[in-house]
Amino acid sequence: MDEEVLLLGSWGSPFSRRVEMALKLKGIEYRYIEEDLTNKSPSLLKYNPVHKKVPVLVHNGKPVVESLVILEYIDETWKDHPILPKDPYERAHARFWAKFIDEKSSIAGFKACCWGEEKEREKAKEEAFEKLQFLENELKEKRFFGGENIGLVDITGNIIGYWLGVFEEASGVKLLTREKFPKLCNWADEFVSASAIKENLPPRDKLLATLRRRLGGANASK
Amino acid sequence: MAEEVVLFGTRGSPYTCRIEIALKLKGVQYKYIDEDLANKSPSLLKYNPVHKKVPVLVHNGKPVLESLVILEYIDETWQGYPILPEDPYERATARFWAKFIDEKCFPAIFKSCWGEEREREKAVEEVSVVLKILEDELKEKKFFGGENVGLVDIVAVVIGFSLGVYEEAARVELLNKEKLPRLCNWIDDFLSNSFIKESLPPRDKLIAYLRNRFRSGNASK
Repeated sequence: MDEEVLLLGSWGSPFSRRVEMALKLKGIEYRYIEEDLTNKSPSLLKYNPVHKKVPVLVHNGKPVVESLVILEYIDETWKDHPILPKDPYERAHARFWAKFIDEKSSIAGFKACCWGEEKEREKAKEEAFEKLQFLENELKEKRFFGGENIGLVDITGNIIGYWLGVFEEASGVKLLTREKFPKLCNWADEFVSASAIKENLPPRDKLLATLRRRLGGANASK
Repeated sequence: MAEEVVLFGTRGSPYTCRIEIALKLKGVQYKYIDEDLANKSPSLLKYNPVHKKVPVLVHNGKPVLESLVILEYIDETWQGYPILPEDPYERATARFWAKFIDEKCFPAIFKSCWGEEREREKAVEEVSVVLKILEDELKEKKFFGGENVGLVDIVAVVIGFSLGVYEEAARVELLNKEKLPRLCNWIDDFLSNSFIKESLPPRDKLIAYLRNRFRSGNASK
């Protein structure tokens, strides 16, 4: 049966990369289209008229939008290498932590810690530390949030596993230290080493250069 | 097998209301515990240490948090009335609209009635935009879920019920009946559903509470 899977994304976006990670984990073939977010394509506007954002997964012509919604769709459509557990309680648990990571504009929060104005920064840091501490506690002795294997929460946590480190390097601000968050740091190391993940991370230098250019003083846009 | 289902909530919160609607649709027996959010119980703090919020569903001692997460849990745990469709694409569509309502619609509705003075006008405009988007999504369907109430309808209690209550309590007009005929019909059908009716808090009491809380001092959520 002919199947067409298309992904409209943006190379530096963790949201877009989440979808690629999931597709890779499941071994799904797809065609990737890089969107210029300053000049959105007619396809993007057609497939996501409400939010006009990436990522958009188009499966046999039908668009699915919003990274967490797409991850669940992928898991329900392609059954190999499950991203979510089977048990309803454990699924609820995974969804809770995925939401937790995404909520309160995780990316915006980390950006505020690194590039925000003085007052904003202190408050943003407090919030970020609190958030990271909850995640540190949740990890316990597990290798990944998903247990032995990468799951929904790990994929959603790509912001923390990779992007946060790049923000830190670009801005000189340190948040995820090994003293404060030993488990989370170990997790990040494991995460970025996993093959399905490694292949889907944007090149570090390119991301650093883009961040420094865009945020070194100018307003951050998502 | 004895099963224990406990719901910690507050009457008046649309998030709590959603869970009651879902449990009733599924015919699940549950114990309801009303929380005083100004004086949170040790149980609430134990079950939801991260957010310290309601609703919390405790099923056989295990807590489930966040209304959208709880709704999916309920649908996966108890058979019978389906809250989400079976087809993955339709499920994704339902989840998209549920998120849209939570992230774009309700905050705008709340701000337009109870936000700070200078935020209100902009919020009113935003409400008009998002309600039109929902109007278009409804198309010819009776409910967002099709023939029957589904996830999106349940989540949209903030439009089916809270919106009208806020309008009255804050004396703000948000629902333009000429521009949004389908949505108005949907609201009527929503409010006529018996399980939904049973789950709604008393309107007058809620209006009095809102006026008291948000007009006499600082607006806090």
